[in-house]
Amino acid sequence: MRTILVLSLAALALAACAEREQTASGIRSDAAPFNGTNKQPPFTAAGWKPGDRANWEQQLKVRTVNGQNDYVKVP
Amino acid sequence: MARMKFICDSERCIECNSCVTACKNEHEVPWGVNRRRVVTLNDGVPGERSISVACMHCSDAPCMAVCPVNCFYRTEEGVVLHDKDTCIGCGYCSYACPFGAPQFPAAGTFGVRGKMDKCTFCAGGPEANGSQAEFEKYGRNRLAEGKLPACAEMCSTKALLGGDGDVVADIFRNRVLKRGKGAEVWGWGTAYGSKQAGQPQGAKS
Repeated sequence: MRTILVLSLAALALAACAEREQTASGIRSDAAPFNGTNKQPPFTAAGWKPGDRANWEQQLKVRTVNGQNDYVKVP
Repeated sequence: MARMKFICDSERCIECNSCVTACKNEHEVPWGVNRRRVVTLNDGVPGERSISVACMHCSDAPCMAVCPVNCFYRTEEGVVLHDKDTCIGCGYCSYACPFGAPQFPAAGTFGVRGKMDKCTFCAGGPEANGSQAEFEKYGRNRLAEGKLPACAEMCSTKALLGGDGDVVADIFRNRVLKRGKGAEVWGWGTAYGSKQAGQPQGAKS
């Protein structure tokens, strides 16, 4: 009984000498952009439905072509 | 969806710096930090070319590989972002980046480096989309607003293209076919991979 007590006390005392966990906390989760921002236009582009991934992807594709492809504007 | 990419068409860039201004204004980037800048190659020599450079959100991002605190992450859309709460401002990413994208605010005591700041592809950071905390640390989250990066949307000559890689590559390909020249895309191979990337000029891949 006494041996067990001594060993457990020694283990408790030596626990202070153990190395702390140094692993970085890592990356926090980030919400997907297709979920939107709950902002009203003009702070959110009109014509798409937040939460619908396919709809968001289509919105970005249409916006890219309409805004950046000048051959669409000037044939 | 394919991944988000930037293309800078050096045949069109007129060095107006509207991309730089748009970025600074949109995200209220502090003095001394430039997430995007325009670089002129062979300045003053006939045939000089200008390109708009920022974080290219590389496929195999060197910054992610060297970060000792693992503060970087890649979104499903291929955008490389980082967590400023984890960043210790060591600067390793700055040495690793082939585009000089990581920036460090130096507003504090001389020699003290703040937390790294870089282009987010207008996708914010790990805070809630569109929140004040996200804006203060990373700027606007335009992707979550159904918009594209401000720099590309504000480019006066549409030299800078940003968006879904397949769509912007198609726009660029169409341009090259129409004008019959200027197919070189600076940094594209380094960022998104090619057989020639990292090889000395003239070397066989």
